[in-house]
Amino acid sequence: MTHHVLDMPIDADTARSLRIGDTVTLRRTLYGIRDATLIHMFDRDRRTRLDLNGHAVIHTAPNVHKVPVSAEAPVGYTPFCIGTTTSMRMERFTRALMEREGVRLIIGKGGMGPATLEAFRDLGGAYLAIVGGAAALETTWIEQIEDIDMDDLHPESLWRFRIRDFGPLLVGMDSHGGSLFADVQDAVAARRDAVLASIGASE
Amino acid sequence: MDLDMREVEAVCAALYVQALKILPPDIKAGFKTLVQNETDATGKTILGTMVENIAVAERTKNILCQDTGIPIYNVTIGRNVAFDGAELKAAIRRGCERATKENSLRSSVVHPITRKNDQTSCGIRVPIIHVDFDTREETVGIEMIPKGSGSENGSFLKMLLPSDGIKAAKRFVIDRVVELGGRVCPPTIVGVGLGGTSDLCMHLAKIAATRPLRTVCSDEEGAKIEAELSQAVNELGIGPQGLGGRSTSFAVHVEVAATHITQNPVAVNIQCHSARRALATVTPGGIAFS
Ligand code: SF4
Repeated sequence: MTHHVLDMPIDADTARSLRIGDTVTLRRTLYGIRDATLIHMFDRDRRTRLDLNGHAVIHTAPNVHKVPVSAEAPVGYTPFCIGTTTSMRMERFTRALMEREGVRLIIGKGGMGPATLEAFRDLGGAYLAIVGGAAALETTWIEQIEDIDMDDLHPESLWRFRIRDFGPLLVGMDSHGGSLFADVQDAVAARRDAVLASIGASE
Repeated sequence: MDLDMREVEAVCAALYVQALKILPPDIKAGFKTLVQNETDATGKTILGTMVENIAVAERTKNILCQDTGIPIYNVTIGRNVAFDGAELKAAIRRGCERATKENSLRSSVVHPITRKNDQTSCGIRVPIIHVDFDTREETVGIEMIPKGSGSENGSFLKMLLPSDGIKAAKRFVIDRVVELGGRVCPPTIVGVGLGGTSDLCMHLAKIAATRPLRTVCSDEEGAKIEAELSQAVNELGIGPQGLGGRSTSFAVHVEVAATHITQNPVAVNIQCHSARRALATVTPGGIAFS
């Protein structure tokens, strides 16, 4: 197991060098997306002026303060509590996000499914698991809201965060078909019958 | 004691904010126990991050989790307390709304059909208010629970048959925990309702899920089942965030009610690791928060 410190953006080879069980700390830039952002980008073919090529996106649900534009708040927002939402809802967008926008890493909670794993294998990408519900800590890794697009979808806008040592995150899915989530699910399913037997609740 | 409604409003506002920022002591102690017993390296790391988050939230005066939840207020009224019931409910609602606006909390409450968000954390029948009575002299307890949604979506009811026995109820609980995996932000408190009608059974599960750790079901048979299930869920290997380990749950809590001769209902309601609760006790001597 290796710890990787990645200065974003990264290329396909770097993404492929990540293996499940490794840990990752990100630096510089991170994009925030969510259900509505993706629906507009891909189901309604909306284009963004922000450059996601080689970057990481996080499935987020930000609580922000609206403030006057200043050096600290270039687009008039400061972070208040930035947390992570369940990734699985956004499964069908992974390939498009990678093919059209060049995204390499997805950060979220709960893991994603087979379509995502396939896209990672074909295009070079990885899923980084963050601890869901640890939003106060996560917020301290975010320095600034640098830019924003599609803010008519607020708070489900496309956010650009300036980050400082964002992590450690756990590589949950990689470009080599590995998924910690699938591994744990299989192990749990294998233990189920013995657990039921231990409390006299077998079928 | 005359219940002062301006005071109730202020207390209800303060309780929402406190609950979002500071975890109760029994949950913090629960984390210590899990950390001690965790053998999986990933599980240990994730628990460590959760414990750190609790400290960071307190230090930075931030809320623990971005999900402000569905607000629930449980009011327990003791003896010799004079109050106007309708006024009491209105004051609780005003307090909830005030907390949201004054602290720019994300309102997570919408109309179920139009999905419209009034940005007040209030809506039709929300905040959820439960009123109960006890025998304490001139005492009113107000408990606030911001119920997180990731875990609330882990709710199930099954009207089993009497011939299925308690065995089927136990299997139902284990299978739901397996099915939910990491989605409900484990380590969790698994709330289980046994008996009653369908609605009471679901309510029992919620009482169980939000009961303090280290409290025991008041029914002897229920207590046996909760001890058994508490051990069993942590043998499944789901672990913190569903990434493997022993710490799937702090505990399984069971609440029971009598049921009909033809019924055998079981309900499950999950509380996540952000097991937030705050309590205020109002007496003639003042208000104590815990
Ligand atoms: S399930 Fe709980 S810990 Fe997880 S995101 Fe929701 S409120 Fe937060």
